[in-house]
Amino acid sequence: MSATEAVHRIDSYPTHRIGDFGVRAGRPFPLGATLVPGGVNFAVYSDQATAMTLVLFKRGEVEPYAELEYPEEFRTGSIFSMTVFGLDHENIEYGYRADGPFDPARGHRFDPRKVLSDPYARIIAGRDVWGKAPDRSDPYQYRARIGLDDFDWGGDTPPRIPTEDLVVYEAHVRGFTRHPSSGVAAPGTFAGLREKIPYLKELGVNCVELMPIFEFDEWDNPNSHPETGQPLLDYWGYNTVAYMAPKAGYAATGRWGMQADEFRTLVKDLHAAGIEVILDVVFNHTAEGNEQGPTISFRGLDNATYYMLTGEGYYYNFSGTGNTVNCNHPVVREFVLNCLRHWVADFHVDGFRFDLAAILGRAEDGTPLANPPLLELLAFDPVLRNAKLIAEAWDAGGLYEVGNFPAYGRWAEWNGKYRDTVRRFLKGDSGMVPELATRIAGSPDLYAGRGTHASINFLTAHDGFTLADLVSYNDKHNEANAEHNGDGANDNNSWNCGAEGPTDDPGVNALRLRQAKNALAILLTSQGVPMLLAGDEFGRTQQGNNNTYCQDNELSWLDWDMTERNAELLEFTRQLIALRAAHPVLRVPEHPYGDVPEGDVMPDISWHGEWAWQPDWSEYSRLLAVMRTSVGDSDCVYTAMNAHWDAHDLELPQLPGGRVWHLAVDTSLTGPQGAHAPGSEPVLENPGSYLAGPRSVVVLVGRVPNES
Amino acid sequence: MTLDLKTRNSRKGTVAELSGEIDSATSTGLLDQLLPLLGEAKGKSLVIDLGKVEYVSSAGLRTLLVVYREAQRASATVRLTGLSEELRFVMSVTGFLDFFEESGTVSEPSTVSRALR
Repeated sequence: MSATEAVHRIDSYPTHRIGDFGVRAGRPFPLGATLVPGGVNFAVYSDQATAMTLVLFKRGEVEPYAELEYPEEFRTGSIFSMTVFGLDHENIEYGYRADGPFDPARGHRFDPRKVLSDPYARIIAGRDVWGKAPDRSDPYQYRARIGLDDFDWGGDTPPRIPTEDLVVYEAHVRGFTRHPSSGVAAPGTFAGLREKIPYLKELGVNCVELMPIFEFDEWDNPNSHPETGQPLLDYWGYNTVAYMAPKAGYAATGRWGMQADEFRTLVKDLHAAGIEVILDVVFNHTAEGNEQGPTISFRGLDNATYYMLTGEGYYYNFSGTGNTVNCNHPVVREFVLNCLRHWVADFHVDGFRFDLAAILGRAEDGTPLANPPLLELLAFDPVLRNAKLIAEAWDAGGLYEVGNFPAYGRWAEWNGKYRDTVRRFLKGDSGMVPELATRIAGSPDLYAGRGTHASINFLTAHDGFTLADLVSYNDKHNEANAEHNGDGANDNNSWNCGAEGPTDDPGVNALRLRQAKNALAILLTSQGVPMLLAGDEFGRTQQGNNNTYCQDNELSWLDWDMTERNAELLEFTRQLIALRAAHPVLRVPEHPYGDVPEGDVMPDISWHGEWAWQPDWSEYSRLLAVMRTSVGDSDCVYTAMNAHWDAHDLELPQLPGGRVWHLAVDTSLTGPQGAHAPGSEPVLENPGSYLAGPRSVVVLVGRVPNES
Repeated sequence: MTLDLKTRNSRKGTVAELSGEIDSATSTGLLDQLLPLLGEAKGKSLVIDLGKVEYVSSAGLRTLLVVYREAQRASATVRLTGLSEELRFVMSVTGFLDFFEESGTVSEPSTVSRALR
């Protein structure tokens, strides 16, 4: 069949006329606007609406050019569906008017004066170019458009990297290349990120986790900069407007409505480079806020279905943002599932990180559920079978489920306890050594039976200090957010190394570099999945701001000139990632328990102190060394972590089979001496001991010496 | 929206010179005219000259890709020429450029001229 021969379906002809339009009863599935022979099928859910009207706009026009009320016979159960013929699908925008009761006490907030966006919209117009001031006089701000799902993926194959082998790199699409120093053709876009793929590949990360890319409104933050008076945009984008639409303002081609293809092309090329894509998704709340917030979509279509409501019809606020999505309602579950399937099937993404995921385990009245049906559904869905599922296992309502998140054998978690423990150890807190051991061994206390890959280990993330700031500030400095420094976390477990903020003191600066290296060395040799924050590898600073949600400026953007200024830290990070890749023993998915495999001499994990085999677990100990040994004793990695301000001479464990200790990493050495590429590590001069400098991390690898 | 198509034959195959806009309004008509040319181009190239095209929409890019896929089936090849810097950028970042070979500018007098829609 050639492209010009259409299949003649008998439903490709109208049966009714509404105004100038030929229409017929549509199909209730799929929901959303779908191209069908001769027309477009518009299917929308509302359980309580008494009437539904399709509102059609010519592209960019404020006033609609047609309003088509769904005839009663076009309704199947709670779904209104209608095929409209003869539409120029590329040059229209559409929305809905839903009529029904306005009875907030019963949860209903219908308002037929409002044009509502489609929750299933594949493209949204209205915020096409980032930061362009919107026309507030337009009553329909986020305008649903018809998107196509026929992208030609060619031979794209998702990398399907085992979770335990990932090195995750958390990045913000705009911030990654918006800075003029990025040197890309279209700064701040998917296309810009695509140009930086060679950088990511060279760094060695194999998974990028993108902060929210679903359509949101950067103009929804009401505050202005306290000094400049400039509006502060919602830079992070955690208030989702449309869950199936990639953000137009993140695409160089957003003004032409090609954001979906631009994002797909980014994914395709990342895959070709062996890099997976995880999306940070926000299903715990929407951009509609509480009863005072804007009515965009869900509130007007079926408020009582989509939101958790109190007995009086107010919004529960477990998210801290005004509303809470009613995730375990059967219809909402299906909505969430359909969204995720859409991103996997139509965009080939490899996984998701769920913001405030504890909310996804709450019942309609907010009670935590033992077996949340949504989490089970996602864990067993066939389309999502290979998708990584990562929970931020807490919420703003006080539910903290790190280690207890209902996992169904599938879910991993952001391990907040790993972050807190390692940070405290690094800054020299006493009494941290026992818990440090547990955390770097993959937190078996939290994830026994689930494996080390249930633990996403991180020391920094978008939320909180960058790595450079973690070692440069004792306190947050969030004045620029216009909330009088009241926002952002206070329990940062940070240490400024002797001066608050930038300093000329060379001693302080040297210590900061060393502390940053110490953090990276521990993170990248820990059991579990390491996650890096973009830019930490070259010392990105937010000048002490630990909550840059509204800072679309140099505070947040990566300054690529720093790759040269801080080349040493960048090279160090690269070597650490290469070290992790070279040693599978660091990535074993089963927790080590200190057992000696049959026929071996060495246990899978062993603990050491100043003396081999004698760790010091006492309150005042600030030193711990760990040795991981692979089955067959063929690979040994020894990591000594000294958070003490004094140097310690370490007796090293003896190695079997003619192997000797080689120096991979020593953070007390600067330049290329401090980190060696796998295979080229020098043999220790003194085979039985090593001096760990003050506040330093040493990594040794045990292998047969190279012939030379 | 209008789109004009002029065709002529060169040694390498048929050259289709387009001017105007390729979008959802003009793409069906374009396809109806381009696909028969693939038959003539069998074993040779169909060169699509976009030098006078002001705008290609998402539907327009898809139309070009349909021509490419149909050409594969007809054992013909499709080359693009005359891409403006902007069009090349758009096609690159949306992945469409990956499918096409580009050839240098071709300028010969036209033999056929007709307007689409």
